[in-house]
Amino acid sequence: MKDRTDPIPDPLPPATPQPPLTGATPGAVPERAAEWLRGEGDSSDVVLSSRVRVARNLAGFPFMTTASRVDRTQILDLCRRRLLALPAGEGRRVLWVDLHTATHDERDLLVERQLISRNHAKGKLSVIGGTSGTGGATGSGGGADEPRGVAVVLPEERVSVMVNEEDHLRIQSIRSGLSLDACLADVDAVDDELERGLDFAFHKRFGYLTACPTNVGTGLRLSVMLHLPGLKMTGELEKASRAAHDMGLAVRGFYGEGSEAAGEFYQVSNQTTLGKTDALLLKEINDEIIPRLVGYERHARQKLLTDRRESTHDVVARALGTLRHARLLRSSESMELLGLVRLGISGGLLHDVTLEQVHALLLAVQPGHLQRAVGRTLNPHERRASRAELCRTRLGGS
Amino acid sequence: MRCQRCEREATIHEVIISQGKKQERHLCESCARQAGLSSDPHLPIAQLITGFMLGPTPPAAPTTAAGSESNPAKPAPTSKAIARCAGCGTTYAAFKESGLLGCPACYDAFADRLGPLIERAHEGACHHVGKFPRRALRDCRSLGDRDRVEVLLGSAREREERLESIRKSLAKAVRDEDYERAAMLRDELNRVTDLLQDAGNA
Repeated sequence: MKDRTDPIPDPLPPATPQPPLTGATPGAVPERAAEWLRGEGDSSDVVLSSRVRVARNLAGFPFMTTASRVDRTQILDLCRRRLLALPAGEGRRVLWVDLHTATHDERDLLVERQLISRNHAKGKLSVIGGTSGTGGATGSGGGADEPRGVAVVLPEERVSVMVNEEDHLRIQSIRSGLSLDACLADVDAVDDELERGLDFAFHKRFGYLTACPTNVGTGLRLSVMLHLPGLKMTGELEKASRAAHDMGLAVRGFYGEGSEAAGEFYQVSNQTTLGKTDALLLKEINDEIIPRLVGYERHARQKLLTDRRESTHDVVARALGTLRHARLLRSSESMELLGLVRLGISGGLLHDVTLEQVHALLLAVQPGHLQRAVGRTLNPHERRASRAELCRTRLGGS
Repeated sequence: MRCQRCEREATIHEVIISQGKKQERHLCESCARQAGLSSDPHLPIAQLITGFMLGPTPPAAPTTAAGSESNPAKPAPTSKAIARCAGCGTTYAAFKESGLLGCPACYDAFADRLGPLIERAHEGACHHVGKFPRRALRDCRSLGDRDRVEVLLGSAREREERLESIRKSLAKAVRDEDYERAAMLRDELNRVTDLLQDAGNA
């Protein structure tokens, strides 16, 4: 079996080459961002993207915590075979990446495109059982060279399947706007297809078994990425966050667990996975809870546009000005500025930039994408300089 | 009372009724440990007794789904195994430290302690509803494999309990006039009823 079937491609290769950056390979940066960043779909003024994932484990194998290297290799081979045979549909194909042999930069690109978790990139979750020492665990220790991989359905990059993350299989679909129902349908179809050839660990009482008991049952996690600058600026974010907690949701940053919410982008997701059917969980979150949070944010934005219109306009226009003229930009600063510009566009205060431009930049300013655009590894100072240059070029600055 | 093996005070008392005969054992803490009985005061008495009755068993392969082996690994009922999964050797202490279990059999090995924990984490829910691995179930049905059906869906009594819990939720939804939820629960009830009826015919 080949170690790698393909390099990571551009999701939608540009029809015409992009104007090259200084020192950049022409056409290397995708003209359009991954589909989940298109800014389309329901409530896309507030909901950046929706994501659904299910966790599955193979029966007859230990969980990753105690799986030996032989187990892991077998699990990987079994899953890879099934995934590469997945009927992806008309005009689509499945890309497989063996993460233990992928380069650091390739793994970064996959994380930034939200196709794998940060922990999966590092092979980090394999470590826990191997290092605890108290459990008699036979896990092989974990780390970057642990056998693991990801399958991505191209060209949309909506569906991806991580193999040997915390669970043997994590099937996910990510789409733009509030579209958890469509994501769930994507994931369901892949789950059914995989189940035709794989035996999943299933318990008569607890349902689908997962390494962590908080995922047991349906193994289903429904998340949406919300952009909440209005609540932040009106000082009501804390209140909204508490409300989300009270409604049984977890609130995290842009790149999931442990990450910061730069640019006021927040990921919220369900915490319970047992005792509710997929449909009921979907209904509660997609039709009840998220629309309520979207309502709070819209109300806050409305308040800003009526009561504090001038100062709000000032803040968003300054953000755009900085992006158009700065010479050095940190990643977190660029996210914050882009978040403000996004608020300005959706509030009708900024007219000469589009949501599409902003969304493409949200991805392009990430270190992995930036380095790919330039075609080499950059030190932190160089990254800041080329990030600023990228923003100036893309947003018509000087 | 004195320990049956030495002269120390007996603190562990076991009464086992097997085939109509009553057997008693009175041991001090150290003799009890040697005999494979734990003196952990927090240990559920039922587990202590099963541990005593069944004696040690060799570790079983971890599996719970149909397709590999028909019986899921059972916790090895020795004093050691009370806190250690026979399938993978993970201890309950290691689970508490990492939050992650070692293998599917851990769910049975630590069922007594995990049950309440899972209930707390899932807003009081203790039974899975929703999707089942359909192909695995279809395979058992076509093979007429009752054992495997039971591994996936539980015994006839457990299946009836599940239906009952859905019926209760449905009744509550109707009482609360949450008709949308009630409609979903009715669909779920029909789906599970069909599934379980088919399984019963295996």
